[in-house]
Amino acid sequence: MTHWIIAPIVLPAMLAPFIVLAARYHVGIQRVFSVAGVLALIGISAGLAWQVSDGSVIYYRLGDWAAPFGIVVVGDRLSTLMILLTSVLALFVLLHAIGADWDRRGRHFHALFQFQLMGILGAFLTGDLFNLFVFFEVLLIASYGLMIHAGGNARLRAGVQYVLFNLIGSTLFLFALGSIYAETGTLNMADLAQRVALIGPEETVGIRVAAVLLLLVFAIKAALVPLHFWLPSSYAEAPAPVAALFAIMTKVGAYAIIRVYTLIFPPDLDVTAGLFDLWLLPAALVSLAIGMIGVLAAQRLDRLVAYSIIGSMGMVLVSIALFTPEGIAAALYYIVHSTLAGAVLFLVVDLVRTGRGSVELTTQPPMAGTALTAGLFFLAAIAMAGLPPLSGFLGKLLVLDAAYGTDLMTWIWAIVLGSSLVSILGFARAGSVLFWKAHSVAPTEEEESTKDGDDGGDEDEPDAGAPSRLAYAATGGLLALLVAHTVFAGQVHGYTIDMAAQLFAPDSYISTVLDTPGKLSAPKEGN
Amino acid sequence: MELLVASAIGVMTAAGMYLVLRLRTFPVILGMSLLTYAVNVFLFASGRLTIGAPPILRDGVTTYTDPLPQALVLTAIVISFGMTAVVVMIGLGAYLGSDDDHVDDAPVPRTSEPEDPA
Repeated sequence: MTHWIIAPIVLPAMLAPFIVLAARYHVGIQRVFSVAGVLALIGISAGLAWQVSDGSVIYYRLGDWAAPFGIVVVGDRLSTLMILLTSVLALFVLLHAIGADWDRRGRHFHALFQFQLMGILGAFLTGDLFNLFVFFEVLLIASYGLMIHAGGNARLRAGVQYVLFNLIGSTLFLFALGSIYAETGTLNMADLAQRVALIGPEETVGIRVAAVLLLLVFAIKAALVPLHFWLPSSYAEAPAPVAALFAIMTKVGAYAIIRVYTLIFPPDLDVTAGLFDLWLLPAALVSLAIGMIGVLAAQRLDRLVAYSIIGSMGMVLVSIALFTPEGIAAALYYIVHSTLAGAVLFLVVDLVRTGRGSVELTTQPPMAGTALTAGLFFLAAIAMAGLPPLSGFLGKLLVLDAAYGTDLMTWIWAIVLGSSLVSILGFARAGSVLFWKAHSVAPTEEEESTKDGDDGGDEDEPDAGAPSRLAYAATGGLLALLVAHTVFAGQVHGYTIDMAAQLFAPDSYISTVLDTPGKLSAPKEGN
Repeated sequence: MELLVASAIGVMTAAGMYLVLRLRTFPVILGMSLLTYAVNVFLFASGRLTIGAPPILRDGVTTYTDPLPQALVLTAIVISFGMTAVVVMIGLGAYLGSDDDHVDDAPVPRTSEPEDPA
């Protein structure tokens, strides 16, 4: 039993109160500790990912209570990859927030950021459904604080919607957990996997309700149409680095769907018959279409990016809903890609807002630092729209390949390809309005703007002017990761295939968690 | 007993859903509280209804009630209490800031406002 696996949860959980208590008035010290914490997280996650890369499953029993009774934290290939992705993303987001001075615009940014990381990492690592609920709440309550960071009426209004929608989601989650507990008498995922398989075909009503409720909850997190209404305004109004971090939060929903529906409710069970091909797949296709139409229709750059997140989640869920090892492997590749691409886009939105003062898609005089921002936007848009050569193209290719020969293949291919075209149009329109047409309007008298705007006063915005170098570096760093994700696509995809194979053979997960010394009883027959 | 608990959960959920759909902050928050009450009772019932039985091992007692749902309910109560407090504060802030307590989007498209440091 390795103790390191609890560290990604404990470290931010200790760091956050420390930052609040000891470094409340010193942003400099907060920054140092926050960045150091995230660097340590990257190290730990990389170590854990390396440790389980041979297909083993590591676990930690909290308080050393045996598995079905105590809470376990479990790491396998999937969860360690997700925590590595989260901590790497967090580093760049944090650097951007520091570079753009977001942490000075309100209080407790770094503490909330650490709590948010704790919730996300915990949700990826936990092996207990109720604990998953608790970590969802931790990440949500931190995200409420981050979402309204720096205040402002529009942000508060969007915050109310965001909080209420997620509260309803949490209530549904509790209802689902209650029904699962009533049907099986356990909430440990490995134990549930064994007990659900024992439920006879004529007694599946209760557990079926629970399975559908759980899928609804995770679909809310993953912003699946028609449960996506919370996403556009909250992501658009949230501070940009926070929105970039939120790019991983929709993936928490996708992760939970993969985890729960490969382990507890595998697709060959009659409990879940029809759940994926009849419900999830069409809904995911609609999300993909709606997201990309939203990209085309958006009036503001931040909304455009928010809709592209919905579209990319649709893409991920299409691939998950196929529920074949190839589909899951493609989905995992695409999850990494869309997290990075979405985050880069949100950071670019922040660069545009800093340079230009507004993110309306209307023609305005050139912004400060136009060339570099435009370049970053161009690359990120290529990645998100799925044009070659970046990883979005490869990801879509993998999804299309996984969908080849399935019943809904015509629909999947048509919508994936059609929505890609629509999103290319949307991004091209936004880019040309923001960056090219800017040169066709004359600057107004009081806005004596120059092309690179180093006078820093070409907008009403008090902090207009070229964004700081650190902000650019962080955005560029994420983009470099995206390029690496493309260059090493073969290796990454090979690893996601291994991951999917591990997910579809959950016996080692179950036996590692349950068959440990100190286990008190064998699961009862049914209930 | 079962009928009483089940109908209480049902009525509270229905009333909560109705209030949540009212689109103004105050009824929505009230509705959320009703929903969390309903879910708390529901979690309690998920461990089967047992009357007058202790949850913890004791000498000379043969029937016990399931202790786990009680622990779950306790967690759920704490979390929902905290969440309600948070949503009241954010809702109050939004209402005082914009003098409007609708939870849906503002009807007129807003022009984007500059980030004002608070």
